[in-house]
Amino acid sequence: MNAIIVSALLGVVMMFSGIITTKRSSITYTATISLLVLLVANVLNTYGIWEVHVNTHGMLQFDKFGMFFNSIAITATLIYVILSGKDIEKTGIHVSEYYALIFFVLCGVSILTSFNGLLMLFIGIEILSIPLYILTGADKRNLKSNEASLKYFLMGSFSTGIMLMGIALIYGATGSFALGVLHDAPAAGLPVKASFIEVAGILLLFASMCFKVSAAPFHFWTPDVYDGAPSVFTSFMATIVKSAGFIAFIRLFESNTQALGPTWKILLSFVIIATLLIGNITAVFQQSVKRMLAYSSIAQAGFMLFALYSNNDLAKEGILLYAVAYSLATIGIFAILIKMKDYTFDGYNGLAKSEPVLAFTNTIFLLSLAGIPLTAGFFAKYYMLASVVKAGGSLWLVVVAVVFAAISVYYYFRLIQAMYFKEGYAETTGISNRFKNALLVLAVLIILFGVFPSLVLNSFYF
Amino acid sequence: MPIQYYIYLCLTLFSIGIIGVLTRRNAIIVFMCVELMLNAVNLLLVAFSKMHHGVALGSSPTTMVGIEGQIFVFFIMVVAAAEVSVGLAIIVMMYRNTHSVDINFLNRLKN
Repeated sequence: MNAIIVSALLGVVMMFSGIITTKRSSITYTATISLLVLLVANVLNTYGIWEVHVNTHGMLQFDKFGMFFNSIAITATLIYVILSGKDIEKTGIHVSEYYALIFFVLCGVSILTSFNGLLMLFIGIEILSIPLYILTGADKRNLKSNEASLKYFLMGSFSTGIMLMGIALIYGATGSFALGVLHDAPAAGLPVKASFIEVAGILLLFASMCFKVSAAPFHFWTPDVYDGAPSVFTSFMATIVKSAGFIAFIRLFESNTQALGPTWKILLSFVIIATLLIGNITAVFQQSVKRMLAYSSIAQAGFMLFALYSNNDLAKEGILLYAVAYSLATIGIFAILIKMKDYTFDGYNGLAKSEPVLAFTNTIFLLSLAGIPLTAGFFAKYYMLASVVKAGGSLWLVVVAVVFAAISVYYYFRLIQAMYFKEGYAETTGISNRFKNALLVLAVLIILFGVFPSLVLNSFYF
Repeated sequence: MPIQYYIYLCLTLFSIGIIGVLTRRNAIIVFMCVELMLNAVNLLLVAFSKMHHGVALGSSPTTMVGIEGQIFVFFIMVVAAAEVSVGLAIIVMMYRNTHSVDINFLNRLKN
């Protein structure tokens, strides 16, 4: 409960901080401190030391898994603000509002990690999405940003409509919005085809959730929106928001797939393979690094879907580890991308000569995304695949995933090659020593989690 | 009236909304079609709510079953209103820059 209430209140505080001070750096300071406060409040809640208690009549259910994910999301946001705060300030004149919207997104995240019914799922998704529509269009004079924002908005509300239709049909078939009753016998008084209504509802819900986490075949909006949005906010959307979507996805479909029977796994494996295929193959042909990262985020979504597929304890640990590894690495890569003048692969040529620290840390982030051992990304992918093996019966899917992971190495290494082995002068702007140090700390964290993944998992259990 | 009629009506409205979103080129009309989808869902929820209430009424005359469907409708209305305010703002922002609300314009991002 703490995370929901404190993040909403701090969002309002951030809005008012724009009235009190017009100095941009002090607004960023306020945001950093607010995030720390939010983190502390959430940690206190996790260990049961202090809690704002509100009777939600069973609509929200707080468990350790959700609260631990909240901590991950808040910490990732904190790192994001420390690294890219200066660039948020440069996006436009409404700096305090951008931070306020980020806090509202975090509020949506904490609802999505604790919902216990379809009503709260819907509210959570909307609280998460609506601020993002605004953030996508934050660069008001830029046509690309406008387009991305309109596209995201229209597609997002369209998928909300589909989700609501799914919820309404499920309600019709079961008479309840609670999770876990979806597989019960249909309520009396319905026509004979009650089970058909229920299955249709679940499928519509599944489609709209696939849309939110940009899994194929509902991924088509992702590259355009990620490319058009201001890079700082793309970074936020592609990491924290996306992993929160997965937590909601897993929470929703943990226990509600019985109505579909064995078809569920076939359907899901189709989605996983399509996502991996489209994400990885299209990423290979991109010329712009930002667009490559958009497709790579689709490919990573394919890996995160494995947690849904295997649906066991190992998968839950895995998704937490994946959220940490993927968020940290992607935030780092985007933080460097924002500093570049030219977003194409050629723009990175010779970065190792002009800015060795940036090139080195970027290499570590890319290695982590590719899943090379000794980086956090390796254990994240390992846990995902191990959970599928443990669930049994789908070894072919693991083989396919490994093949696609190997393909992904190609486009990540292409960027490393551009930085180290190509002649050129990579132009960068506004790099301070503080920024370099923060990047180094982030790189050390990624290697640390790669060598000792238990650091993340132990803090989950204790 | 049997519940089927409501279901067919809602699905028809919903389909009109979907077809509108997929075929129309004017951002505001697309937006109205999305609203039509949401309102079809509202109607369906109210119909189901009444149906579940009617069924439960047989066993106990003071039952509250079915009320959550109507509460959901209020939430949808509130969220839809929030979405409208953001959406219209985005359309206005685009209109200021391009003097058009045609979404064919969106295809520029592809490359």
